[in-house]
Amino acid sequence: MSPNQRPRWLVPALVVVPSVGLATFYLWPFATLLVEAVDRDGTDAVLGRGRTWRIVWFTTWQAVASTVLTLLVGLAPAWVIARFDFPGRRTLVSVLTAVFVMPTVVMGAAVLAVLPDSLDRTVWAVLAAHVLFNVAVVVRTVGAVWEHLPADMEHAAATLGASRLVVFRDVTFPLLRPAMSAAAAIVFLFTFTSFGVIRVVGAAGTRTIEVEVWRRATQLGQIDQAAVLALLQLAALAAVATWSVTAQRRHSRALELRPLARPQRPRRRTDRRIVALVAVATATVALGPFVALIVKSVSAPTGWTLEAWRTLDTAEVRPGLSVGVDPLDALANSLTTMLWATGIAVVVGALASLGIAAAGRAGRVLDAGLMLPIGTSAVTVGFGMLITFDTDPYDWRAAWWIVPVGHALVAVPFVVRTTLGVLRAVEPDLSAAAATLGASPLRAWRTVVVPHLWKPLVVAAAFAAAISLGEFGATSFLSRRGNETLPIAIENLLGRAGSLLQAKGYVLATLLAAATMAVVLVVDRFQERPRS
Amino acid sequence: MSTRSSDESPVQPSGNAQGASGVDVDAITVRFDDHTVLDTVSMSVAPGDVVALVGGSGSGKSTLLRVVAGLLVPDAGRVRIGGEDVTERPTHLRGVGMVFQDNQLFPHLDTADNVAFGLKMAGIGRAERRERAAAALAGVGLAGFERRRVTELSGGEAKRVALARTLIAAPRVVLLDEPLTGLDRDLHDELMCDLAVRLRSAETTAILVTHDHDEADAIADRTLPLASL
Repeated sequence: MSPNQRPRWLVPALVVVPSVGLATFYLWPFATLLVEAVDRDGTDAVLGRGRTWRIVWFTTWQAVASTVLTLLVGLAPAWVIARFDFPGRRTLVSVLTAVFVMPTVVMGAAVLAVLPDSLDRTVWAVLAAHVLFNVAVVVRTVGAVWEHLPADMEHAAATLGASRLVVFRDVTFPLLRPAMSAAAAIVFLFTFTSFGVIRVVGAAGTRTIEVEVWRRATQLGQIDQAAVLALLQLAALAAVATWSVTAQRRHSRALELRPLARPQRPRRRTDRRIVALVAVATATVALGPFVALIVKSVSAPTGWTLEAWRTLDTAEVRPGLSVGVDPLDALANSLTTMLWATGIAVVVGALASLGIAAAGRAGRVLDAGLMLPIGTSAVTVGFGMLITFDTDPYDWRAAWWIVPVGHALVAVPFVVRTTLGVLRAVEPDLSAAAATLGASPLRAWRTVVVPHLWKPLVVAAAFAAAISLGEFGATSFLSRRGNETLPIAIENLLGRAGSLLQAKGYVLATLLAAATMAVVLVVDRFQERPRS
Repeated sequence: MSTRSSDESPVQPSGNAQGASGVDVDAITVRFDDHTVLDTVSMSVAPGDVVALVGGSGSGKSTLLRVVAGLLVPDAGRVRIGGEDVTERPTHLRGVGMVFQDNQLFPHLDTADNVAFGLKMAGIGRAERRERAAAALAGVGLAGFERRRVTELSGGEAKRVALARTLIAAPRVVLLDEPLTGLDRDLHDELMCDLAVRLRSAETTAILVTHDHDEADAIADRTLPLASL
């Protein structure tokens, strides 16, 4: 054993809080869900009912359709961004990223705002929202590989007699296929577990498994049946994830990625036209719905009006009769919740990252454990907490901190992912250098390793804030009447009749979209960029 | 090297190009943004001639090669191959073959399929492709390499495969962009002699771009400093 070991207590001290938090607020509720909530009657009732299988079928086919459409739509911008340099290229990538991190409820509201009334609450609206949402996944995942694919490889095919179409079919496509199936798997998992989008743009009868879990648990009080459905979904997710991993492994080739092929300015006139067309179309499709959001917030049947913005502090249907959602209160609630959730997620995530990095191989267990909440969907997290913390002395459902804790649980994996890579990349020789300069192992760790945490932690905090502001799945279970957060209020208001209430929903969605945009800008500014 | 099959092929334009063709480059200008890389450059290569273009890095010799291949659109000037103006013609219809500095073998295809790619594009059937690819591989000293993954080839083997892939399609003009740069000394010299013999025996028109004067002298009939064009 090296004499330069850090003290033995360091790793346990770091991981104790994350581990206890994970065990209390995720593992215990999950075990409750698994053991207590599921019973024979509920299982029989759910599996024997025709509607269950109709919901499973709808969940599956809309996810498949969304995935295929997203791939088709995303390929053109992926190509243009990977291959060509043009004014606004980086902005376009940022716009797509911003759309991707928009809260599900905002996305739903934006699609609702831009589509003609005849398409509202149809499956087309659901598909449109899913495609718009996930185009960034294709552009980023496929584009990243495309950028590294030397243009000269396509040129080589051309000099051997392949037309542009044949070059794509015989060379480019086969080389992109692993990236495309990776993107497809991600999009499928996102859309299969779609919750917020469906709640906002779907008709009352349009339900994915997630929506049905929520409906049975909170609207119908059938906890046992909801639990069976949640487990059914988990089984499906596990199957897809396993398939995806094995498929990736089978398809993966030793494709040595070469240094970035610099994107070139389009030189042919047809290229210039295609690039301009694709870029403008992509930007329009990505931004249009958000412009519509703003337009809808200042629209009334009678014309333009700022009334919804001005009277944001009430939600009266008519004088004296309120719908019980106070838009301004929801805004304040969301901000308070965001601050607490971000604080918890940053502290817990940072401790976990430091602990995982310092523990070496043993850290993997905690690393994997902390990823579980996003793997099992926010709805399951909220559902588990709802049915676990309902008896004394753990009746915490009414506690003010339960929603921030739920949000933090969803945000911690992102904090860990953002910070852990940086910590792991710290040269071991830096600590060695500090040691030769007289620093004890603990001091070397504190002065050489820990400072690397601060910059990624700013990015992580921004992510956590955005996640908390937009979190809808877990909050749907945990939020109490009178303490609604923004997404809950938006869903509520948009579902009401009455143009002023809906306009207020659009106002809140606009504010939430703007806040998310601000976060993206912060992240963009602080994120480490590979030097070119 | 075998002669081209009589099939209708997209590689061979308008059927009049039997064997090697000459190349005429006429007053080519290429600008990148405000930087002029080639300024009214002209040159002429007779059918069957092997010409070396030499010049320092950044002199635009690779750029000129790409203009001939049709991979880069010139801002002004014309390119003629075998007397035909091909300036507006896409690469795959020009009947040029090109060996790239880093080979650009297709990583998803095995060695034989890489070599036979041009034959496939020419619409030649699988059985004949397989046969001719095996022969071409044997011709570059790689008999039995058909099923190898190209990602597992050594630098010299990959270079030979790239060469076989280009020559098998019997292009009207062979373009070589720094084909031997980056190889170690022994391999470089061995392949250099090989290349010289092969280009001569194929009686093909070839333009070689290099910064190495010795290499140019060994392979080419004639050396043109780019600065003089």
